Amino acid sequence: MRKVIMGNHALSYGAMLSRTQVISAYPITPQTQVVELLSEMCADGTLQAKFIKVESEHSAMAACIGASIAGARTFTATSAQGLALMHELLHWASGGRLPIVMGDINRAMAPGWSIWTDQNDSLSQRDTGWMQFYVSSNQEVVDTTIQAFKIAEAIGIPAMVVLDAFALSHAYEVVDIPEQDKVDAYLPPYKPYARLTPDAPCAFDGLTGPEHYFELRYKLQKDMEKVPALFDETGREFEKIFGRRLEAVEPYLCDDAEIILVTSGTAGFTARVAVDEMRKEGIKIGNFRIRMFRPFPFDAVRRVLAKASKIAGLDRNISYGYHGIFCQEVKSALNGSGSSAPVFGFIAGLGGRDIMAASFREIVDIVRRQDKPAEEINWIGVKK
Amino acid sequence: MSKQKKMTLTLPTEELVGSGNLACQGCGANLALRYVLKAFGKRTAICIPACCWAVIDGPFPYSCLGIPVYHCAFETAASTATGVKAGLEMIGDTETQVIAWAGDGGTFDIGIQSLSAAAERNDDILYVCYDNEAYMNTGIQRSSATPTGAWTTTTPVKFPKDQPKKDIDAIMAAHRIPYQATASIAYPEDLYKKAVKAKNIRGTKFIHVLAPCPTGWKSRPEDAVKLARLAVQTSYFPLYEVEDGEKYTLNFKIQNKKSIDEYLKLQGRFRHLKPEAIAAIQAEVDRNWDRLLKKVTAR
Repeated sequence: MRKVIMGNHALSYGAMLSRTQVISAYPITPQTQVVELLSEMCADGTLQAKFIKVESEHSAMAACIGASIAGARTFTATSAQGLALMHELLHWASGGRLPIVMGDINRAMAPGWSIWTDQNDSLSQRDTGWMQFYVSSNQEVVDTTIQAFKIAEAIGIPAMVVLDAFALSHAYEVVDIPEQDKVDAYLPPYKPYARLTPDAPCAFDGLTGPEHYFELRYKLQKDMEKVPALFDETGREFEKIFGRRLEAVEPYLCDDAEIILVTSGTAGFTARVAVDEMRKEGIKIGNFRIRMFRPFPFDAVRRVLAKASKIAGLDRNISYGYHGIFCQEVKSALNGSGSSAPVFGFIAGLGGRDIMAASFREIVDIVRRQDKPAEEINWIGVKK
Repeated sequence: MSKQKKMTLTLPTEELVGSGNLACQGCGANLALRYVLKAFGKRTAICIPACCWAVIDGPFPYSCLGIPVYHCAFETAASTATGVKAGLEMIGDTETQVIAWAGDGGTFDIGIQSLSAAAERNDDILYVCYDNEAYMNTGIQRSSATPTGAWTTTTPVKFPKDQPKKDIDAIMAAHRIPYQATASIAYPEDLYKKAVKAKNIRGTKFIHVLAPCPTGWKSRPEDAVKLARLAVQTSYFPLYEVEDGEKYTLNFKIQNKKSIDEYLKLQGRFRHLKPEAIAAIQAEVDRNWDRLLKKVTAR
């Protein structure tokens, strides 16, 4: 069924079609419509789930953790300050190997108060052991949420579906809403490896000494390393059922490109428009959108970017004192891969300033003028 | 004792707290869970945040409990328990009861927000606070449950705690939850009965157990039960129940109230107190007792 819906409602549909059993969430702009629609779905029986209306995001994640260890499929959604408040429990969820799925609406961190988009909230949680999938259309929001449950439950690692505030969360797009029976075929009920039950009493996540802790973390990393293949496999399976392929990265006209833009989120969609325009003028340019940020798709990045003579990484985020975070990951991935292409770092759109097709033209002008980066960071659209 | 009385064991013999666990000698918290689990039985799941019991249970991969245990984050005993209950019900297990089991730090201080929220939603859990009146697990630092005048490592003798203990029971009563009670390890039948009552009530139940801590109170391990009894007999820690935040019932009527000095003098944490400080504590205990009696008779 095709419907025009907002990005936030696409998340609600994703959670509903996945037959989420327990939802726990706290309201924060710009996430509210996600939980409003889910509340209605729970109230009218469209979704058979318990919705725990907590007093904070910290408790939201705690309740999700409790429900997940009890064996239920669990979902929450938040943004910015709410995600930061959850930080401690993000480690708890991944360390406890609980396949919770969360929608994060990328919103800039305060102060000053900002409700507009940038990626510093989710990227501040980079090292918490959660998978992170950055999407760029409402169709991807629905599809990726369903896929996220499948991957998370197969590997026992929680997943974040990340979308830009307003640019996507409040944007209305046509979405092909998957049919429930097809989703059921793709995503069977959650069967946990172990759970909290009096039938087999166990203690979970207690005191763990140096003789065991290291191995638990080693296993988490080893399982993270299996995710790129799992993403590919579940993405192909998704295509067989729904006709849409889900891939960890989306290369667009990269094969013969001399300059490749590296993008994520809605900026990755805008970049395609810019690429089309510049291709018409004969500029050999491509766009490489990274959808899966954690685990980082090293192999795909190396494979696609190896052919470029110049790489331009666009970040809607910053690691203060270093540079854009996607860009730094790309540089790290290319190190030792044999690629000698210079990587130009660009930062744009912090706090919700628009990133337009013209922004990419500005980026390409800088890259074409310089043999190697004159600056560590090029700022696009900032009033210096 | 002038008259010898024959004692009969009225508690179930089933033990769900295993021996050889990591509790200190004379640990009140250990006894408290033992009695509560006798009431709740095997069809129970428990959420334990950071507290002494996070250690007592034993390190991975061991557990001394015969029930499933989830070790949760410090401030999340109530919210995690709520999640567990919801999760169990959604997978079709409506029978298993869920207990949040936290110390005074995890209840009076860092966990009060999530506890208040669970109580306001009237989530179907039993929350037990075993109160040893300081952060004992981290080495005896003051909490808001620490009584006036007590020494802790963060309230040294030269600067003892000069604020009264937070009245967590009044706070919980303000939530008008269906059932709450105070209890003591010195009165196991009373504690057991209260746990059974809680088990049969749907909604949020709260039991506040005074759990003497010889390590932190600087008392003799063999005095733990005696101290718990003296706390009741002096009316420092009266035993009562509250239903729907309004109906107060006194469970132990004190005829000849013992002086607080008898309770304090067995504990090294009060050794530095001068007679006038003890008199001030006695006055505070008397005031609290009068306040409670008014609540009991008000209805």
